[in-house]
Parts: sequence; C-alpha cells; structure tokens
Amino acid sequence: MDFLIPNQLNYPILSTLIFLPLAGAFVLFLIRDEKAAKIWSLIVSLVVFALSLPLYFYFDPATYKYQFAEHSPWIPAFKINYTLGIDGISLFLVLLSTMLIPICILASWKYIEKRVKEFLFCLLLMETACVGVFSALDFVLFYIFWEAMLVPMYLLIAVWGGPEKVYASFKFFLYTMAGSVFLMVAMIALYLTAGTFSIPQLMTYTYPFNFQFWIFLAFGIAFAIKVPMAPFHTWLPAAHVEAPTAGSVLLASVLLKMGTYGFVRFCLPITPQASIYFAPYVLFMSIISIIYGGYVALGQTDMKRLIAYSSVAHMGFVTLGIFLFNKHGLEGAIIQMINHGITTGALFLCVGIIYERSHSRLIKDNSGISKIMPVYIGFFGFFCLSSMAFPGTNSFVGELLVLIGAFTDNRLIGALSIPGVVLAAAYMLRLLQKIAWGRKGDSHLSDMNLREIVYLAPLAIFVLWIGFAPTPFLDIMHATVNHLVEQVQSANAVALVR
Amino acid sequence: MDYALFLPEIYLLITALVFFCQSLWKSSARLNQVIALILSGIGVIITFYSINLTGELFHKAYRIDLFSQIFKGLISLGLFLIIIIGQKIKSIEDQFQPEFFMFLNLCSLGLMLMVSSVELLTLFIAMELSSYSLYVLIPIRKEINVGKMEAAIKYILFGAAATGIMLFGMSYIFGITQSTYLADILNKMPELLGQPVAVIGLLFILCGFFFKLAVVPFHFWTPDVYEGAANITVSFIATMPKLAAVALLLRLVSLAGAGAADLIQVLVLLAAVSMTFGNLAALVQKDLKRLLAYSSIAHAGYVMLGALTMNTVGFAAAVYHITGYLLMNLACFLVLCSVSREGENVTVSDLSGLYRRSPLLALTLAVGAFALAGIPPTVGFTGKFFLFTAALSQGHLTLVIIAAVNTAVSIFYYLNIVRFAYGKDPDGLPEVTLSFSNRLLNYGLIVAIILMGALPTLFIDLAKTACETIIS
Repeated sequence: MDFLIPNQLNYPILSTLIFLPLAGAFVLFLIRDEKAAKIWSLIVSLVVFALSLPLYFYFDPATYKYQFAEHSPWIPAFKINYTLGIDGISLFLVLLSTMLIPICILASWKYIEKRVKEFLFCLLLMETACVGVFSALDFVLFYIFWEAMLVPMYLLIAVWGGPEKVYASFKFFLYTMAGSVFLMVAMIALYLTAGTFSIPQLMTYTYPFNFQFWIFLAFGIAFAIKVPMAPFHTWLPAAHVEAPTAGSVLLASVLLKMGTYGFVRFCLPITPQASIYFAPYVLFMSIISIIYGGYVALGQTDMKRLIAYSSVAHMGFVTLGIFLFNKHGLEGAIIQMINHGITTGALFLCVGIIYERSHSRLIKDNSGISKIMPVYIGFFGFFCLSSMAFPGTNSFVGELLVLIGAFTDNRLIGALSIPGVVLAAAYMLRLLQKIAWGRKGDSHLSDMNLREIVYLAPLAIFVLWIGFAPTPFLDIMHATVNHLVEQVQSANAVALVR
Repeated sequence: MDYALFLPEIYLLITALVFFCQSLWKSSARLNQVIALILSGIGVIITFYSINLTGELFHKAYRIDLFSQIFKGLISLGLFLIIIIGQKIKSIEDQFQPEFFMFLNLCSLGLMLMVSSVELLTLFIAMELSSYSLYVLIPIRKEINVGKMEAAIKYILFGAAATGIMLFGMSYIFGITQSTYLADILNKMPELLGQPVAVIGLLFILCGFFFKLAVVPFHFWTPDVYEGAANITVSFIATMPKLAAVALLLRLVSLAGAGAADLIQVLVLLAAVSMTFGNLAALVQKDLKRLLAYSSIAHAGYVMLGALTMNTVGFAAAVYHITGYLLMNLACFLVLCSVSREGENVTVSDLSGLYRRSPLLALTLAVGAFALAGIPPTVGFTGKFFLFTAALSQGHLTLVIIAAVNTAVSIFYYLNIVRFAYGKDPDGLPEVTLSFSNRLLNYGLIVAIILMGALPTLFIDLAKTACETIIS
C-alpha cells in the first residue's frame, strides 16, 4: 500500500477520533442526571477536539499521500478493509467536524429541554459518522459512515425539530437515501472491475469511458443531492428550518460538505474522463445554483430559510471551483467548503440565539435589536459580512480563488457567476439591515451571555484568520490539489491521444 | 444408526409430546409458557452443540452437514426467540396454548427435517409435516376478528395447490432420472438440462418453496394470513418456513448448476417481479402486519438474487441475508406483539409516539425497520450489499439496478413506521410496559442486528464453507 503513509503518531489517532465519541455516547445511558450528561458529552467532545489537533501539527504538507493511515482487513471474503487516512483535503473537514460538535453541545445547553440524553447521543453519533466519512479510505467503510449518518440526523430533526418536523425529516431522509442507493451499485461495479474497494487503488485504474460515464452519473446524483445542487435542493430549506439549532449547524457545516467532498474524492480521480465530459453541465448547474439560491434568498421572510438558500448559492461556488479542474478553482473550492462550514454554521447559531429569546425566526419579529442586543448584532453583522465575502473575511479568499479559477478557465463562466456575488451582498445586507436597524423591536430581549460568546468567538477568529492569512491553510492542500489536478489532466491527455 | 446425529430432531419431537400430554388436562397458561421457554432454550443448546456433526442416515436419504446444521441452529434459535416474544401471549386463549406449542414444535421439527433431506420423498414428507402444523396453527386465535378462518382456508388451498405442483415436478424429475436421490439427480442433470422437461420439472419442484417464501406469483396468501392469524403465529410464519425454504431453494437450484440459463432467466424474472410488487404494494398498507407481509414478498425477491448466482458467494450471501431477515423481522414482530394490548392487529398509526410510550420498543422498531430498509451498519445493509455484489459479479446488472430502485422505494414505508414512532405524538395511547425477558430480548436483537452487520466475517465465512458442500 504505497498510497498510505503509516501513522506518524504512536497511537491510532483516526480510530480514536471515530470511536471515542461512540463510546462516550453509550456511557450517556449510564448517567441519570441531565446536567451531568451535558457536561459529560461536552468533555468527550472537547477531548476529541483536543485529540484531533495533532493531525494539524504533525501533518506533512509535502506529500499528497494519505497520512496517519491505519489498515487492517475487515471482511476478507469481499476484500473489504478497514482503511483510514487523511490528506490535505480531508484534514480540514475532520477538524471542522471535531470543532463544531462541542459548539453544538454548548449551543443546545438551554435550547433542548426534552430527552436531553438522547439528543446528546445523536450528536456524538454524528461526530463518529462525520469523522468516519472524511477519513475512510475504503469505499464500503465510507458508504457505511455516509449512510449511518442519516439516522441520527433524521432523529435530530424528527424528534427535536419545529412544527413541520415530520415532513422535513422525511423528505431529508428520502432524498439522501434515494441518491445513495445508486452510489452502492456504482461502488460494487467498481469493485468488480478493479477488484478492490480501496479508494486510492481505485484511482489508479483506468476505466473505459462508457463505464466512467455511468459511474459518474451514479456518483453525481448521490453527491448533487447532498450538496445540494439546484434541481435537487428542495429538501434543504425544509430540513434547515425545522431542525434544532445544532441540527442546522451540523447539516450546513458538515453534511453538505460530504457532497462536495464526494466530488473531489471520487468523481475527479476515479472517473476523470467522465468528469471532464460532464463538467460543462455541472458548471451550468453550479451557476444556476449560485444565481437561483441568491435570488430566492432575497425574498425570504424567515431567517433560517434565507440562510438555507444562501447555502445553496455558496455551495454552488464550491462545485463551480471543483469542476474547473485548475489549481485555483480547486483550492478556492476547498477553502470555501471550510468557510461555508464556519460562516453558515455561525449564522445558524446566531439565529438559534435570537430564537431562544423571541421564539420566532421571522425577520419581522426580530427587527431593530441593535440597541437592545449590541454584542449580538456585533457578531451577527460580522458573520453576515463574512457570508457576503467582504474583503478581509474568509469567504472573500475562497470566492476570489474560485473566480480567478473561473476566469482562467473561461471568461463566460466567470462573468456568469459575478451576479451571485452581488446577490449575496444584497440578501445579506437586507437581512442585517432589518435585524439591526428595522422597526424598533422588543426591548425585553437580553443580550448574549458568556456561554454564547464562548462558542461564537472561535468561529469569529477563524473568519479573520482565513480572511487575513490563508497561506497556512492553502499550504497544506497544495500537494494534494496538485496531485488531483495532475490525475485529471493526465486522464484528459490519454483521452486526447486516443 | 447414530442417534447423536438425529438428536435435535428427536429432542423437538419429545418437546412436542410433552405439550401433547399437557393438552390432556387443564394446566395454567403461565406454566406452559415457562415449560416452552425452558425446553426451547435447551433445544438451542443441543442444536448448537451438534453443529459440527456430519453423517448420513436412513439409507442416505437424510444428510447431516454444516449447511443443514446451520439452518437447524437458526430454526431452534428462532423458535426460542419466538417463545420469548410469546411469554405473555394475548392473542391465543389459555386452553389452546398447549396445542399451540405442540404444533409450533412439530412445525419446527418438519422444517429441520426439510433442511437435511436429500431425497425427494423424504423432503416431501418433511415439508408436509411443517405445512400441516401450520394449517392448524393459523386459525388458533381469540375470536377478535373473522379473518382467521379466511386466512386458514387460503393457506390450505394455496398450500395444497403448490404442493400438488411440486409433486408433479418431482414425478417429471423421477421420470427422466429414475431416481429420487438428489445426488443421483445431480449427476444426471447436466446432460438432461437441454430438455425442457428437466427445467420444467425442477421449476415445478421449486414452486413449493416459492410458496413458502412468498415469491410472486405464489404470494397471494401472505397478506391475508398475516392479517388473520394471531400475532405470535405470524412472527413464526414470517420467519421460520422462509429459512427452510431458502435452504431447499439453494439445494435444488444447485442441482441445475450454472449451465441452466433458462432456469436462471425464470429466477431473474421472479426476483424482479417479487421485489417490485412487494415494495409497491407495501407503500399503501395501513395494517402493520400486512405491511410486513408485502415487505416479506420483497425480501424474497432480494434473497433470490443470491440463489440465481449459482456460486458459493451468492449462496452464502443468501444464507446471510435470510439469517439477518430472521433477526430484523423478529425485532419488528417483538414490537408488534408488545404494542398489541389484547392480541388485536396493529395499524401503523397505533405506533404513534411510541418513543414516549416505551423508548426501548421505539428503538427496537427503528433498528428493525432501518435494517429491513438496508441502512448501514445493520445486518440488512450488509446482506443486501453481499447479494448485490454476488449478483452483479454474474452480470445481472439490470436486476441489481431494479433491486437498487426497489431499495429506494422501500425506504418510504419503513421510514413511515419510524416516523409514526418518533415524529408523532402519542394522542392518548397508553404506555407499554415490558417484562424482564422482553427487555432482554429487545437489547439482544438490537445488538445482534448491528453487530452482525458490522462484523459479518465470522458468519459469512461459515456460510461460505457450508455452501461449498452443496455446490459440487
């Protein structure tokens, strides 16, 4: 296995990150007191986060190979292995997941009143699944985490959600599951062709174009639903609006990334020729997503729904960047994945904070609070600026890189995506203006407390960090992205020679 | 004769006789239930103890090998679990319970005999023993609804017709091979497969098992029997005969070998129609047992994916999947039997707010339904994954795509069950209290469904070894 760099650390760090939350979740059943359960799961998630930091410090940015790798046979009868490892793309997504879970637990401290233990159980299960998805290097292992994640997420929406929770959770589950059954068929077809489920090995094999065509379609549907891209996005607003705050945050920050991660990890390296063939269509859909998502967000009256549609637009930039197949586009897309996770997660947290006080998510019920809740508006305004890619914030870096990539590739694509940037400013400023300076609001609302500042502050730091000094982040992904671009380009060259 | 080889069967016969004696005088229902529990528990130990035995009995008409012993182990385990579920049978009058347990044991005996039979007439007699027991079991139910007689009549009529077709097929096979021994038939089959009569004869024999497995077009009895019979009886019918039917399906299909393209064509067709019909019909069901009935038709289709591959991997996948099916179906029936207060049928809306009325039952139901839907890391996913892989490796791409679409469709109704349990409010429905043994079974099934799904290696390797003995 020359794609794997044996674990640099003397303990299986990725397995620990995956199974520690799971073990912690089961301990919850032994705890009777709800407060103790909250403290316990916070400790577990913080420990997991602390344990995930060595990934960043010991990561070797010089290689594209998979680091911290673990490999052992799992189901030999079908050549399925338990293989884990991360590269420059998945590193940040793993860190993002481990960072957000403690934040989610803190954000739900008061908000969740019934069935607290079960709620925390679902959150910790989500952590297991999320870290698993981003670090699995065996297709079956990946698929298991990918699907298993649906169940806790479904329960988070269905049990602790808003008034339309039943409809929303049902739609969420059906859409994502319907997409992924074809992923399973594609996975088996790949196995029967290449004789392995190992993702790095599958990448080295050259498949006939016709085969790639169908595999890409199967992959594409599953991932496009998850992202979600324009025609498949309808589950997203419903799920976001009804989910509890922590659910919305995880949905936006981690789950949507699984779709784009899938494109980067599977479509581009495994089916490069088909990716090139389908790129115009995907780019077209991305631009539709950017403009449509922004346009619809402009007309929303519900804060969560507005942010949900803005997600569709932002994720459009990510898929746009991915399917340009150049370095700027891909790096911009990956940075944008992290940005969206931080910024949109923070915005959902902000909505959660105001919802806990006013019990309404409607813009008109929460307007004019800048004098009543100055600290809150400070944070909220800051994240709004980040969301519309204001220079100096994280999204500016990401969108700029994607746009540079777009203009290098084709001026038309670049020009078409510009309106999206303008729309983002329009809908975000409209939201901010109404919330901060609209009709005078309810003066009984109390400002943010220390707990809320504590969980928003790290996200704000990252907004500025990536905004002003993106180099440490970009440096880590250079080698991986270069290798990915090479993989696609060489396949293209092979195709041209034929 | 080596009696040790025949011990599990003899033991079941003795158990049945114990209950025959119990039925002669008035005895308390509780006592009978406890006796049944203890005896079946010992039965599991005896069967698992004899799992590594091999040998032949009764002039080589009866073979004990790993393949048959695995199925016998599963049958005795299933019987034990069903008797735990039936520790407070509400759907059957106290005075009929000795008879109920007697026929339950006799039927299991018939199924055990079936999986070891390697001669057509022995097979036929074993099958009739289990069928006749079921004919009696189905109408044993409290007078709650009138559907039970309809169910019994339907089962007898369809069963008799299927048996007739099966016998007819056996006569053809005997006619062309001059033998009723499967080993002889296997030797002569390759040269005969060109003749339509061989294919038709084999197909007709398979009809008997298609009936037990509820493969379209032999499925008509399923929803009505499920609805009409007592809940506890249905949990038996839904799982155990299917185990034996899969075992025999594999044994008989392997007679044809990979050369039988026509036979495979028919199996492909039946599999596709079964899963599509079962899943589509299940979408509109309101009664939980009818829903599970149609789901079982669909699952029969999935299992056929393994049978029609004609190789060890596919057969092992089928054995694995039907074992998983036993577990996940019993999980659903455990919930159904517990929720039903007086032994009445349970509609999907009766499950409303189950997570408040009994969190443990709701969890069991969710795990069972998600497993049936094929969501990892449950046994349902792993089984489907193995089946799809095996079928695709033999080039049945269209069939696998149909199966995948079906999986997507089926999620709707399985999730609907979970939606009622977790998404809705109880609306005044009472809480469900569970006995200790019932709780234990809940935990056991949840753990088994997930563990067997996550760590299938041990069982799949065992199944592979077992299937090598029947494919020569």
